[in-house]
Parts: sequence; structure tokens; C-alpha cells
Amino acid sequence: MKEIQIFLFIFVMWILIIVGGGLLVSIVAPMTINGYGKLGSILDSGVKALIAMILVVVWIFTLSKIKNWIFHKQIKN
Amino acid sequence: MLDKIILAILVSSMAFFSVYITTPFLIKVLEKRNLTVKDYNRVGGAMVPRPGGPSILVGILASELTLYAFFSFSSVEILAIIITTSIAFVVGLIDDCKVLGGWFKPVALAISAIPIILLGAYNPHLSFPLFGFVRIPELYIALIIFMIPVTGNTINSIDVLNGVASRFMIITSFALTASLFIIHNYDIALASLPLGFVSLAFYKYHKFPSRIFPGDSGALTLGAMYGALAIVGHVEIIAAVALLPAVINSFLFLSSVKRIIEHRQIKSNPVTHTDDFKLMATTDKEAPITLVRLILAGGPMTEKQVGFVIFRLAIFSAVLAIVTAFMMGVKI
Repeated sequence: MKEIQIFLFIFVMWILIIVGGGLLVSIVAPMTINGYGKLGSILDSGVKALIAMILVVVWIFTLSKIKNWIFHKQIKN
Repeated sequence: MLDKIILAILVSSMAFFSVYITTPFLIKVLEKRNLTVKDYNRVGGAMVPRPGGPSILVGILASELTLYAFFSFSSVEILAIIITTSIAFVVGLIDDCKVLGGWFKPVALAISAIPIILLGAYNPHLSFPLFGFVRIPELYIALIIFMIPVTGNTINSIDVLNGVASRFMIITSFALTASLFIIHNYDIALASLPLGFVSLAFYKYHKFPSRIFPGDSGALTLGAMYGALAIVGHVEIIAAVALLPAVINSFLFLSSVKRIIEHRQIKSNPVTHTDDFKLMATTDKEAPITLVRLILAGGPMTEKQVGFVIFRLAIFSAVLAIVTAFMMGVKI
């Protein structure tokens, strides 16, 4: 068994968490949507929530691809 | 500081000895009532009492209620932990007694998260290492409702071999306690100590060869308390990192079966046995991929050996969680 592959997968997940957090804090959070009156804040939150959800989907997709790449042999077995 | 050290010793001892003393009685009661399940991984298939959840809850309630009743700090947070954990226990106990659909547990556990919201025992900031935090008032409520079912079911899903879930919880919860100390959240660090000591005491009876299984009531209680601590202690990301081996297990399982189902609904077992009763990954294409199946992909191993691999993975994630806690204090 190549136990190291599972350790590698955990490490990649950890890196993805930190990078994803960085994207959220430094790019998504500072964004503001103005000019829509009272709807502005709702729209602002909605767009940010949508971007966050898209990021989560991308995160899961990336993880799935990495999983297939790292565990290619094991999954085939 | 001295009073908090004394308090830490007191609640840790209460948590540990409550479970250490009550579990043998629970084993006798369960055996008497014939509440046992077959341990398929043991030669001869020994019957093991289940669930161990009641003694786990006794340990948690004894220590957390002491904190709540006699010491005034963080009372709302401790109350939220107590109620959420207790509801999760009831959900698990129902599932132990009655076979319910795959959606029952996530939905019921989501309900168990509501006391945290109603009591306002949260801070709608999500802190990330190196980059700071984001304020997400509305989204954070969704995160609370999402987090308790995830942590509860994740711990439940790793409870597949003798001693694995309780040993995993020992490492993960002590990593969480250490992280809470690192970020100077001493009150919740104190409140988190019982989780580690309850798991440690239960491990004495759960380790290979198990004398009792935690069951859904035990696993969900531990998982929900872990999730509640992560929320009230504002260490959501650190808690997720410490839990990564169990998260991988759930991720592999869900990505192979592609829907939410109960383990008992799986028709093809991911693990089978060799003639000398070692564990071996199945060749059945229909069987789900799990962490244990991946570990066994290289060849058959004994149950103890597989447990030790999961132990090393848990230690690795715990180290990453503590590194993450240190990184919380660094801004780039």
C-alpha cells in the first residue's frame, strides 16, 4: 500500500482550503455592489454567496480530479 | 490562571471517570437485554453490545453541566454545546433503535444545530489562516445548519473498525483544544477538554477487540459536540482540517455512490476477508470506495494494522490543524 498517497491527498486538501480562504477574503469579500438602493445590500450578499458556492463546486471538482489522479491505481483495482 | 488549571483538571477528570465507570455497567445492561450486534471482522463473529452512546453522553453532561452551573464564563456557549450534543444523541439513539432512511440523520442533525442559532452562541465571522476573516451574517447561519450534520455523519462514517472512531476523536479533539489555546480562546478550550477525555475513556472499551460499539448515538454525539465546539469557538476551518481523514472517507464514499444513503443500505461491501481473516479490499465494482478500501488496496491487512494507518493519518491532520492555528495569527 502506498500510504503516502493518502497523506498527499490530505496535504492537497489543506492547501486548497487555505487558497480558497485567501480567494474569499482578499477578492470576494471586498467586492461591493452599489446603485440599487435598498436592494443593493441583498444583491451584494446574494452575489457573494453565489461566488462562494461556485468556489465550493470548483473546490469539490478539483478535489475529485486530484483524487482520480492520486488514487488512479487503487481505484482501478 | 490557576483557577482555570484547577477547573481543567476537574472537568477532564469528571468526563473521563464518568465514562470509565458507567461503560462497564452499560455493557452489562446491553448484554442482559440482548442489545448486541455481530462483529463481522472478528473470527467467529463475536456479539458486541451496542450502543455506547449513553455513557458518552453521561460523561459530556457531567462535565459540561459542572462548567455551566458552577462557573459563569461562556455560559451561553456551553448551554448551546449541551443542547446540540443532547439532541444529536437522541437522533442517534432513534437511529440505533430503528432503521431509518438516509436523509433522516442529516435533517435531524440540522435541527440539532438550531439551539446554537437561537442562543446566539456564534460570531458570524469566518476566519482563514494568513488572510484574515470574512463577515457573513446570513451565510453563517446556513453554515451552522450545515456543519453539525457534516461533523456528526463524518465521525459516524469512520466508525467502521474496532476503536477507530474513539481513537480518531481523541486525536482530533485534543488538536482542537490545543488550537483553541493557541488562538487564546481559553474558555472554549476548557469546554472542549471533556470531548477528548470522554473519547479517551470510551476507547478503553472500544479498542480492539471491542467490548462495546458506540453506535449512532455515540458517534453522532461526539461528532455534533465537535461541530458545536468549532462554531462557538470560532475555529471552523481548523476543525475542518483536523477532521480531514474522516472528510476524505465521506468524500470518497459520496463520490462513488453519488447519493446520500445509509451504510446498511449498501449492497456490496467495500471490504472482504482472506482465509486467515485479514481485511482485504473487494474487487466488486459496485462497492463504494472508502478510506479503509483505499488503505487495503495495496494488500490484505489485519484490523489492527488498518486502525494504525488511520491513527497516523489522524496525527498528520492534527499537526496540520495546529499549524493552521498558528497561521491564524499571521497576516499577509
